[in-house]
Amino acid sequence: MRYLPITGADRSDMLRAIGAPSVEALFSDVPEDALLAEPVDLPRHASEFEVERRLSRLAGRNRAAGAGPFFCGAGSYRHHIPASVDYLIQRGEFLTSYTPYQPEIAQGTLQYLFEFQTQVCLLTGMEVANASMYDGATAAAEAVTMANRVTRRSKAVVSGNLHPHYRDTAATLARFQGFQLEAAPPMPAGGEDLASRIDGETSCVVVQYPDLFGNVRDLSELAEAAHAKGALLVVVVTEVVALGALRPPGEMGADIVAAEGQSIGNAMSFGGPHLGLFAARTRHMRQMPGRLCGETVDAEGRRGYVLTLATREQHIRRERATSNICTNSGLCSLAFTIHLTLLGETGLRRLAALNHAGAVALADRLGERVVTPHFFNEFTVRLDGGAAEAVERLAGEGILAGVPVSRLHPGAGLDDLLLVAVTETADTDDLDALAEALS
Amino acid sequence: MTGNSHDTVSGDLGLSIEEPLIFEQDSPGALGVDWPEADAGPDRLGGLARSGPIGLPSLAEPTVVRHYTRLSQKNYGIDTGLFPLGSCTMKHNPRLNERMARLPGFADIHPLQPESTVQGALALCREVQRWLSVLTGMPGVALTPGAGAHGELCGMMAIRAALDAGGAANADRRRVLVPDSAHGTNPATAAALGFEVVSIPEDERGRVDPGRFEALAGEGGVAAVMLTNPNTCGVFENDIRRIADAVHAAGGYFYCDGANFNAIVGRVRPGDLGVDAMHINLHKTFSTPHGGGGPGSGPVVFSEALVPYAPVPRIVEEDGVLHLEEANGRAFGRMKAFHGQMGMFVRALAYMMSHGADGLRQVSGDAVLNANYLLRRLEDVYSAPFAHSGPAMHEALFDDRALRDTGVSTLDIAKAMIDEGLHPMTVYFPLVVHGAMLVEPTETETRASLDRFIAIMRGLAERAHNGAPLTEAPFHAPRRRLDETQAARKPVLRWRPAGE
Repeated sequence: MRYLPITGADRSDMLRAIGAPSVEALFSDVPEDALLAEPVDLPRHASEFEVERRLSRLAGRNRAAGAGPFFCGAGSYRHHIPASVDYLIQRGEFLTSYTPYQPEIAQGTLQYLFEFQTQVCLLTGMEVANASMYDGATAAAEAVTMANRVTRRSKAVVSGNLHPHYRDTAATLARFQGFQLEAAPPMPAGGEDLASRIDGETSCVVVQYPDLFGNVRDLSELAEAAHAKGALLVVVVTEVVALGALRPPGEMGADIVAAEGQSIGNAMSFGGPHLGLFAARTRHMRQMPGRLCGETVDAEGRRGYVLTLATREQHIRRERATSNICTNSGLCSLAFTIHLTLLGETGLRRLAALNHAGAVALADRLGERVVTPHFFNEFTVRLDGGAAEAVERLAGEGILAGVPVSRLHPGAGLDDLLLVAVTETADTDDLDALAEALS
Repeated sequence: MTGNSHDTVSGDLGLSIEEPLIFEQDSPGALGVDWPEADAGPDRLGGLARSGPIGLPSLAEPTVVRHYTRLSQKNYGIDTGLFPLGSCTMKHNPRLNERMARLPGFADIHPLQPESTVQGALALCREVQRWLSVLTGMPGVALTPGAGAHGELCGMMAIRAALDAGGAANADRRRVLVPDSAHGTNPATAAALGFEVVSIPEDERGRVDPGRFEALAGEGGVAAVMLTNPNTCGVFENDIRRIADAVHAAGGYFYCDGANFNAIVGRVRPGDLGVDAMHINLHKTFSTPHGGGGPGSGPVVFSEALVPYAPVPRIVEEDGVLHLEEANGRAFGRMKAFHGQMGMFVRALAYMMSHGADGLRQVSGDAVLNANYLLRRLEDVYSAPFAHSGPAMHEALFDDRALRDTGVSTLDIAKAMIDEGLHPMTVYFPLVVHGAMLVEPTETETRASLDRFIAIMRGLAERAHNGAPLTEAPFHAPRRRLDETQAARKPVLRWRPAGE
């Protein structure tokens, strides 16, 4: 077996050194009837070529986004990823390293995490960021529990225009942790009044920017309303490229930003792995979940980096930790930071502008059917006759037209709404094809 | 002043090159991508356009590639050498798996595309479920948890949901029994879900004492036990059936931390031992890359009793067509957005298919063989607290008692290993062993690599006894020991421009 280097001769020698008659004898502490005498009922080992052949066949039964016009978004976005990103993250020193517990031989990981944390702060307009979470939804759920700790309250108010997967992830934690989650109904055209839902018991208000339906709105007044009642404002961003064009949440009074970072540097990959971005205010730093990388010096006074503030974490605090999270999304955060470094100030702004211009161009073609007045690269379209049906029909014509709202809000009476995302990967022909197919 | 012949003009030393932060290499005007400017038209941003600079640096592609290449050279990975980090299963990561995960049919598909366009992806998920189910002897598999600790949350949520479904009488079942040797995530998970953590001390064999466990379980209010098996002391809990029976008799469930599944994969099915839920770290046993700290993937296998409470989404088949079921009456909820770590499922399946049932059996056999080999060849120079509690499983546990008179501690040995070109083992864990050194060689090391490790470890012990300055190591790494106290006391968590 190509991955297993111990030979039969090695095995005999080693067993002799151990003083064991056989490998099986090393399992003598396992209850005898639980020890399988034969391999389980699964196929035997296979050559690299054979595995590749079979998996390629499975992959071939999926329709890749690059095969035609593509407009799906709703929390996972198709953006171009520069070739050097994928090359660099596959360097073995990154790919096959562990969480940097031994900082002297993990300065590569630690330095990029320090740079990553800084980039996340700059994008979100926040003061401090962690080394990433599993995904945007778990980051948002952790933001709520952090707000509960900070305010010592236990009721979160959630926008009806928050991605339902994010809402449900937080609601699942709420169910088991015993805090309240008050979710407003969806309002596809925006104009939601969340301020009136905040009271003296509210720990935080969770609002998405741009929201599920694509709406963008100034959150400053909502922040003021939350702060006036002693609550925090949690801003969720599912399309982080938007922050290259839009005012950052930190400038509008956000206390915590929980974002999905996939759209910079990472493939959609059927929804995972993605990476959660988590940023907050310095005064709440010690209540943050997740890994944090900090600057320090070594014994010779040279600048270096370590994981720090571990006294918040499970491996030190055990049952008193701020979160049970252990790992982050290391390699995804590396892809993110490399892509963002390549983009730089100008590249990100241009990328964001291209996305917005494409979306505006499509909205202009679709005219009055567009429900969303102000948006970044995604908006909602009303399709009489049902969005899911239209999506199925267009898929048959080779166009992946977007995400029907009914997929995320089944039974909510929103079956005629379609979420359409336009990134830089859609060209004018794609926009024309979709507009024509929907007309 | 002329330096001695070993000094360099730059201060860099051969391949060890100091690398500034990207922010310190800002070159306004440089571009790393060539996006055109968008046609200027009226925007529809509702007056929310970003004003002022973001503050991101500008670098051209060659600078960027060089930056990350140099950073990578300051890292140690499995590709570099033996990485005996106990409880982490740092085995070889086959590159075939990377190639497979990057097939456009897996990487370039959207989680909410019409189901008719992703039947291959759903079939792959089902195939991963089948392999995990057969290997564990457990009927249900929840794929969505994003990592091991997330899998623990998932399993314990299902247990809470099952208890709650059992009626009001179960409301007081809040006690979760956790051995002191457990990973920190176990008590953290239980506490995060409102359970009361009851710690179980290890006995002198490095195991849970079954009599003591039965007494604790008999005190009432038991929701579950969270047990790692093989445990973190490196041995198999040979009373596991008694423990399972006791927790079941007390009306609770058996959660198994599957971090150490690599020791038994293909040979022992947790389902045959009375386990009700167990997470599987695909990044450990099934070799998806650790990536410097993720992304992981932590599917959870469930016994028949817990299957109904598994989270959504689930993959169901109707008339030969696969669907994602988003709602189910008894499901406890949702763990994260979308359907799980697809990219990791592809890698893990490629790994499982490559090994097959026969190869996976050899995986656990060789992993256990290698650990026992290290244990027997080192136990005369490093004290091994449980060396005679039965065979080691896939880890060998040592401590620094044998070095007591030398002034050299576990930490010093770890740092000295760095100078020898090794990654240190896990240190100071499990907490129940003072100065613990937990060594997990894995099955992908050659005999020569193991012998080199043994020779180095024996040599370091000898040097410790001879007064070598190990307390100052490492000397030859990109950095000497780092001041962690300063980092925590005055946290600097981001770069700021001078003067800001």
